[in-house]
Amino acid sequence: MTPPTSPAPHVIAPNSVRRVMPIVIVALVPAIVMHVVFFGIGLAVQLVLGITISLVAEAIALKLRHKPLLPFLTDGSAIITGVLLAMCLPPLAPWWLVVSGSAFAVLLAKHLYGGLGANPFNPAMVGYAVLLVSFPAQLTQWLPPQLADLHIVRPGVGDSLYTIFAGHLPAHLAWDAITSPTPLDSLRTSLAMGQTMQEAQANPMFGALGGRGWDWINLSLLGGGVWLLALRIIRWHIPVAMLAALAMPAAVMNAVDPGAYAGALFHLTAGASMLGAFFIATDPVSAATSNRGKLIYGAGIGAITYVIRTWGGYPDGVAFAVLIMNAAVPLIDRYTVPRIYGHAR
Amino acid sequence: MTTAINHGGLRLAGNKQRSTLKPSRLIAAPAQAVLPLDQHAGAPASPRVKVGDRVLRGQLIGQAEGEISASLHSSIAGRVRAIETRPVPYHRGSPSLCIVIDNDGSDSEVTGSLVDYRSLDPRALCEHIEAGGIVGLGGATFPTAPKLRRGQQAPDIQLILNGAECEPWISCDDMLMREQAQDILQGAVILCHALQAKRCTVVIEDDKPDAERAMRGALTKLNDERVAILSVPTIYPAGGENQVITAVTGMEVPSTGLPSDIGVLCLNVGTAAAIARWLDRGEPLIRRMVTVTGSGVNEAGNLDVWLGTSISDLIGESGGYAGSLARLLMGGSMMGLALPTDDLPVVKASNCLVAALPADLHPRGVEMPCIRCGNCSEACPALLLPQQLHWFAGSQDLGALEAHGLMDCIECGCCDYVCPSQIPLAQRFRDAKPALIERLTAREQAFLARERYESRDARIERIEAERQAKLAEKRKSMTARG
Repeated sequence: MTPPTSPAPHVIAPNSVRRVMPIVIVALVPAIVMHVVFFGIGLAVQLVLGITISLVAEAIALKLRHKPLLPFLTDGSAIITGVLLAMCLPPLAPWWLVVSGSAFAVLLAKHLYGGLGANPFNPAMVGYAVLLVSFPAQLTQWLPPQLADLHIVRPGVGDSLYTIFAGHLPAHLAWDAITSPTPLDSLRTSLAMGQTMQEAQANPMFGALGGRGWDWINLSLLGGGVWLLALRIIRWHIPVAMLAALAMPAAVMNAVDPGAYAGALFHLTAGASMLGAFFIATDPVSAATSNRGKLIYGAGIGAITYVIRTWGGYPDGVAFAVLIMNAAVPLIDRYTVPRIYGHAR
Repeated sequence: MTTAINHGGLRLAGNKQRSTLKPSRLIAAPAQAVLPLDQHAGAPASPRVKVGDRVLRGQLIGQAEGEISASLHSSIAGRVRAIETRPVPYHRGSPSLCIVIDNDGSDSEVTGSLVDYRSLDPRALCEHIEAGGIVGLGGATFPTAPKLRRGQQAPDIQLILNGAECEPWISCDDMLMREQAQDILQGAVILCHALQAKRCTVVIEDDKPDAERAMRGALTKLNDERVAILSVPTIYPAGGENQVITAVTGMEVPSTGLPSDIGVLCLNVGTAAAIARWLDRGEPLIRRMVTVTGSGVNEAGNLDVWLGTSISDLIGESGGYAGSLARLLMGGSMMGLALPTDDLPVVKASNCLVAALPADLHPRGVEMPCIRCGNCSEACPALLLPQQLHWFAGSQDLGALEAHGLMDCIECGCCDYVCPSQIPLAQRFRDAKPALIERLTAREQAFLARERYESRDARIERIEAERQAKLAEKRKSMTARG
């Protein structure tokens, strides 16, 4: 009898990188549905484009790097990148935006650094930041939420597809008539013009939370995130730290001057707060390592997001906050190595 | 009840039922015994017999050499056929010098001298234990006498007997506790005397109720208030030496130190039983309990095996193979060694043989890059960051490996088990250790050399100062007289 040999251990848990991806996608589905309900079919198109281009870019990169295609194409990481980027873009953004963003994310932000597991920056956020800096106008063309009491011209499915793929609106529509700033953007502009919070939030796009439509999307993302926590796909440290560090300064500033600063609930349910907390900042590859490090990393993202939203040049700050803290990860990791068994406390 | 593991660990399928259904049985002495001279940690024993010599069962055939070593005794009566290198089931398969003895069928034994431990002082008792070839039977085979000597130097030491057999498949300690509880406790009493210990705790995992019952029964009969039994939750690796010590004392073994530094000495229950057999029956360490199990063997069970018996004989005793093996493991599925053949001798370290069919194991798939998910650091009982160690091992960054505690890795394999990228982390860490050990040793030697140099300087200065002082005194007395 000459049985084969291998190093111990000889039994490992039935677990794989591949297992995680479908679960994360499912966790995003409620938010995607809400997005389509409130902002139309655009996101679905952006998702298809984002996923397709991410996979194509991944395949090209793997081919160029002489890596096996199958294990890496099916690991789900490229799909997640495409999905996250698409979810950040305005629903009627022209096709070349999501295409170039996804390609940039996968080819440059991921594979130039060594591919899966080796990218210091979150690829989807790199892609988004590049688009935001390069094409700011297209990235502000958001739609108002589709609500019964908001009487706004709304492009249909055909018009949406035409707009995305032609890169401009059909002749009978005009951008001025159909677009609307996001609540974060609107609030920013109004406050900059000297309005108070109360005046700014008189606009019907604001509800009890972070803007109508956006509140439901964020609550859906919160639900999906809690589900991921329950399944132990993600850990609590980063989302809790990020949301706390976003909510706390918001609450303090709002208490100091309610006329000039939005409250904690608005910030938590506006923009990319929940997407960032549960789906972007939790990307383990580009996040800090130890639990203490994750708390610092998450808190940094929350705080920087608040600063950018409140005093910075962009309506939302999650993407830049994530990228800045990505850059800080090596430093955080260096100073947050946990105490090892048998070492002095 | 105490928690055995403060951090990490795994709840694994034990796979221990099948091998504990029937009582253990002593198997016949083999026709030939192959006894490696280096089947313990430390220096190999030196042969005390020549080819052609007639030896008796229990006769000393290899003498311990140096501070950390263990003696070796013949497990059968017969004639020395050869003293040559043979393949052994450790050292990653490289052969070792073995004494090969052909059985003459006489079963003649050395009439061992029975020793009342109370008649010996701790030092002499330690020496006697050394003469019995006793080593740790938990798998690490560290010679017991040097361990005891170290323990004797520590003030107020407490003894821990490890019966937390946490690895999947292995049940030899479980059976030993069920069947030979008295021997184990007698060993505990002897060891308490050797260490002058006031306390001895036997640690048993809570998935071994029969063993615990037997041990508690024997303890009631023994009625020795120094000895206590502690049940701990079944979490792999609760039976790791550090984990057991922390479970009992709440203290951690210092990273650069030994258990005796915190007043603890930990031995396997099997070691205690072997000591009792040596003192009370004059039988040195020439047989041990071996679990033979796995779906690949027809009858699983525990066998009392004469050292040097071929593993293939054990499989024969167990009804032979039941299929084509995926692995033949010595030890459990988490830390066990995969043997390339069954034509290898049972040694002091052989606690278990798993003849595994594919369904028994779950081998690794294709290795993917680390995605830093952190499952490994959650599972690590040593509170390490395996994902970082993996990164630093890849770049051979010895400084970072040291800072991140590579030497504190106990190689339990928990990180491997949970890794979604199927990275053989434990093996990477085993491979990375030698280079770091070399670096640490070099540094230690440089440090010692500097200390020697500095102490030499100080000595010369001191002598010079003393000389000057004497001279001055002499002058003073001269002037006084003059």
